[in-house]
Amino acid sequence: MNRYETVVSGGYQSAASANKVLKNTYLLLSATLFFSAVMAAVSIALQVPSIAYIISVIGAMVMGIFVLPRTANSSKGIGVIFLITGLLGFGLGPILSMYLSLPNGPQTIATAFGGTGIIFLGLSGYALTSKRDFSFMGGFLFAGMMVLVVGMIANLFLQMPLLSLVVAGGIILVMSGFILFDTSRILRGGETNYIMATYGLFLSLFNIFISLLQILGIFGSDE
Amino acid sequence: MDWMTILGTVAGIMMLVFLWPAYKHWSQNSPKAEQGDWASVLVALGAVVLLVIVLIALVR
Repeated sequence: MNRYETVVSGGYQSAASANKVLKNTYLLLSATLFFSAVMAAVSIALQVPSIAYIISVIGAMVMGIFVLPRTANSSKGIGVIFLITGLLGFGLGPILSMYLSLPNGPQTIATAFGGTGIIFLGLSGYALTSKRDFSFMGGFLFAGMMVLVVGMIANLFLQMPLLSLVVAGGIILVMSGFILFDTSRILRGGETNYIMATYGLFLSLFNIFISLLQILGIFGSDE
Repeated sequence: MDWMTILGTVAGIMMLVFLWPAYKHWSQNSPKAEQGDWASVLVALGAVVLLVIVLIALVR
C-alpha cells in the first residue's frame, strides 16, 4: 500500500512539475515572441541592411550555444533568452521589408504568420492530447536537420530555386517534428528547464515562419 | 563571392558542428518507437503539408 501510494504521489508530483514547466514555457514563449515582433518592427523602421539578418542569426546561434546553457538555471537566463529572440526578430526586419515592398507582400506575411500559428497550436495540441512519447524521433530529426543545413550551404553557391523550395519544405516538416518532440519531452519530464524549452520552441516557430514566407513568396509571385 | 555567401557558409558549418553531438546523443539514446508511433507522426505531418498547400492556394 505504501509503495503504491509513493508511486501515485511521485507520478502526481512529476505531472504537476511537468505542467508547471509547460505553463512557464508558454508564458515565456508568448513574451519572447512579442518582444521579437517589436524588435522586427524597430528593424523595419530603421531600414537596416539585409546583411543584418545573417549577422543576427550568427550572433543568436553563438549565444544559444555558448551563453544560454550556462545561464539557463539562473535569472540571467531570462535576459539571455530575450537577447537571443530580440536579435532574431531584429534580423527578420530586412526580410520583412523586402516582402512588404512586393505587390502581395503584406498578404504573404500575414498568411505565413497565421500559418505558423496554426501549425504550432495544432501540433502542440496534438502532442498534449495524444500523450505519446515523441522522443523516439530525436536521431531522425537531428539527422534531417543536418541534411537540410548541407542543402542550404550547397544552395548558397548553386542558387537553384527548386532546391531552395525543397529545403524550405523540409525545414517546415523537421521543425514540425521538433514541436512534437519538444512538447512531449516537456510533458514527460525530459526537459525541466523552461528557458531551454522556450528556446527550442522559439527556434522551431522562427524557422517555420521564415520557410513558409519563402514558399508563399515563390508561389505568390507573378513570375 | 559576396559577404552574404561567406557568412551564410560560416553559419551553416557552425550549425553542422554543433548539431553533430546532438545527433550522436539522440541516435544512441532515443527510445524505440512503439507500434503506431510513426503513423501518428505521419498523420500530424500530413496535416501540416495539407495546410501549406491550402496557404499556397490562398496566395496564388
